[in-house]
Amino acid sequence: MGPKRNLPTARVGLDPADRPLGGGGMTSYGMAMVEFTLNGRAVAVDAPPEEMLLDVLRGPLGLMGARFGCGAGQCGACAVLLDGRSVAACRVEVGALGGKAVTTLEGLGTPQRPHPLQAAFLELQAGQCGYCLSGILVSAKALLDANPDPSRAEIADALDWHLCRCGVHNRVMDAVALAAKRLREGATA
Amino acid sequence: MIPPMLAANPQLDRWVSFEDDGRARIAFGRVEYGQGTGTSLAQMAAEELDLPFAKLRVVAAATGDIPDEGLTVGSMSTEMSGWAIRTACAEVRALFLAAAAERLDCEAGELSVRDGAFLKGGEATGLDYWALAGAVDLARPATGEAPLKTPDRMGVIGTSEPRLDLPPKVFGAAFLHDLVLPGMRHARVLRQPSPKAKLAGLDEAMIRRAVPDVDILVEGDFVALICATEAEAAKAHAVAERAARWRDVREVDPAWAEPAAFKAMEHETHAAGAPSEEGSNRRRITATYGKPYISHGSLGPSAGLAQYDGERLTIWTHNQGVYPMRALAARITGLPADVIDVIHGQGPGCYGHNGADDPPIDAAVIALKRPGAPIRVQWRREDEFAAAPVGTAMLMELSAEVDPSGRLVDYTAEIWNTPHTGARGTAVAESALPGYRPPGKAPVRLLPDGSRFSGGLLNALPSYDIPATRTVEHVIDPPPIRTSSLRSLGGAPNCFAGESFVDELAEAAEQDPLAYRLGMLKDPRGRAVLERLAELCGWDRRWETGTGRGLGLGYDRHRNMGAYTGCAARLTVDTEVRLEKLWCVCDGGLIVNPDGAKNQIEGGMIMAASWALKEQVKLGGAGISSLTWDDYPILRFSEVPPIEVEFLNTKAPRPMGLGEVSQGPVMGAIGNAVAHALGARIRDLPMTREKIAAALLRS
Repeated sequence: MGPKRNLPTARVGLDPADRPLGGGGMTSYGMAMVEFTLNGRAVAVDAPPEEMLLDVLRGPLGLMGARFGCGAGQCGACAVLLDGRSVAACRVEVGALGGKAVTTLEGLGTPQRPHPLQAAFLELQAGQCGYCLSGILVSAKALLDANPDPSRAEIADALDWHLCRCGVHNRVMDAVALAAKRLREGATA
Repeated sequence: MIPPMLAANPQLDRWVSFEDDGRARIAFGRVEYGQGTGTSLAQMAAEELDLPFAKLRVVAAATGDIPDEGLTVGSMSTEMSGWAIRTACAEVRALFLAAAAERLDCEAGELSVRDGAFLKGGEATGLDYWALAGAVDLARPATGEAPLKTPDRMGVIGTSEPRLDLPPKVFGAAFLHDLVLPGMRHARVLRQPSPKAKLAGLDEAMIRRAVPDVDILVEGDFVALICATEAEAAKAHAVAERAARWRDVREVDPAWAEPAAFKAMEHETHAAGAPSEEGSNRRRITATYGKPYISHGSLGPSAGLAQYDGERLTIWTHNQGVYPMRALAARITGLPADVIDVIHGQGPGCYGHNGADDPPIDAAVIALKRPGAPIRVQWRREDEFAAAPVGTAMLMELSAEVDPSGRLVDYTAEIWNTPHTGARGTAVAESALPGYRPPGKAPVRLLPDGSRFSGGLLNALPSYDIPATRTVEHVIDPPPIRTSSLRSLGGAPNCFAGESFVDELAEAAEQDPLAYRLGMLKDPRGRAVLERLAELCGWDRRWETGTGRGLGLGYDRHRNMGAYTGCAARLTVDTEVRLEKLWCVCDGGLIVNPDGAKNQIEGGMIMAASWALKEQVKLGGAGISSLTWDDYPILRFSEVPPIEVEFLNTKAPRPMGLGEVSQGPVMGAIGNAVAHALGARIRDLPMTREKIAAALLRS
């Protein structure tokens, strides 16, 4: 069996050739204005381009849905969608975001208008501590956007880079399947 | 008898009061960390008060606001806290019934309570809890004498109320980690490489060149980097790691990661029980089992905040109890406890004593030296793996005597481990602070009967009728690395070893493992669990040994006094173990929240399957060397099998804790299923590719 990683955990960043001269690993390159789309709205962030998207989301942008888990793209707790693809926000440099679209957990739904995935997770009580859930929900959205009727194996494959320590995997997979069914039946996202 | 937690917090209004907003305020001392405790305790309160669940407001845990029930540990919340809150609420209901009767000039027996309103002859009287709140003084000690509801009259207990804490966790900010306080500063601590290491030099200029605005705090060997943002603090910390020189750094031997290494370490020995008279016709069978150090592996590295205003210290924590945190902070800071406030917030699952106690103490130490701003400390993944306590390794040497019929007549469990709760009440920051003196040996805890409590002895003896038993425990204290409570303590490893060994005894007796167990189990509740488990997993269709596909079972009564739990596992083994299906049948008595109970059992089984198949803390350098999830793999989505859970006897009078009961039996089941599949037994966890190959070579 062994871990299957269908998602890159490599750092998404500036091409080294584009880096300002003289920059060392720990030296700030100074601030730069980066414009991108966040949960459907245009945002401009003034940050060092090598700063990680996760720090910018949780810091100046104040969005706590993406959670810090490892800082190495190994656990999935900080997953966000980057142009529709699930990536680890702890490995995405702000400087690489220009013109791209980022979706976080907050972009899925609200307590008043939950996304069918959020509704299904609550209906099936698919969670214990819940720390892993925001990343899992985001990856599940990417899966259902691409595959409206995934099998259990396909759900497991899409979520395989996400770690869950409480052991709610079966409930999560059931909830994703339930949300897929609801979406196929016409529920609105 | 008055419940111990109510006796410790006797005043009724500490548990229950009726608020002006038409809700009942319910407070209890146990904290929610994703196990569903907050919801099931609220259900018990609603049940005894005859209140709709929606009319309760559960008080957020903070010192002063909630009763002091110590730590939320040992799967005791439903049993102990639940007993206290039910008893308090039943007494409150009785007091209000008496007040209503006086107001209505009738006997209390003529009245009933429905949805918080008092009825006479089934008709509304216009009175409810809130109308009478002024007439009943709840600032009085509980007597503990009001009778609890019997299961046949229950309407809220036994229903699957959705968890109160879950909704925010699927929408966004929900955790202590998400708390942003005005003026908050972010700090990281440069940890000593090992507890006795001394700071030999720190190039502060180098750190300031990278992060000009950093505030560097040096207190003895405690170094903190304090910045305006998390990213800056991270950068300053990374530079500080290169800017610091340490001396007296110890080196650990990587071989210490193996349980067998305990035998060469200094230890104390405690023996209990006695062997039976030796019969000449007996046969002795022995086997040695091992379980490595296990990381709690919380998904979120621990975080904490503290603020000191020159008089009061406020701490925000996601640990297992606000009052123990206050005591810990008082001891380490030297402040009196009554100037310390502790506020609890939601955290990632801890599964015992992980790093959760530590960042709030780091933050408190910093806050005292930097009064004013709130200080936030967020541990890195590497900190959580390296500096948080881990569950101790265990070496379990089991010895049995069987009579000519194969019957087990004498059983000895000889165990080697470090103290399971050893690091309780300590913080990793302490050893770096000036004036630090290492603590003495872990304190001896006594059971009500005066015998010594040890986490290592939980379920050391299998839950069967065995004529003579003995335990010998060797305790390595101080331990080679920092160890503390991990879900079930020694219970799960002991059950893995004991239930594997029972299968070996059955094989020696040429008996079916299920029949062999039933042959030494009189308790009807235990028998019912095993018999139902056998039906569910298709035991009577079990196939021959050594086909590459296995079916095994494991059973125990938790701590030999709690829930009766049996698990079965069906799996295949080639180069690795692949789980096909897991089952659990559990008699945990009264079930308060069926879906929550099922969730706890399922999660416990998956976690323990991961322990059995994958997990081992590695040692090297100055301490723990497995610092990332790549070094410490756990079970993934594609490896998790479907699970079937069934509860028996759910309308029993009293509930038993369920959070720690499934791990041992499922590890026993997996071990036995692997042996069934291979025709060879793996006695040393985890059951990795290398161990499978070694077991096959041995056979």
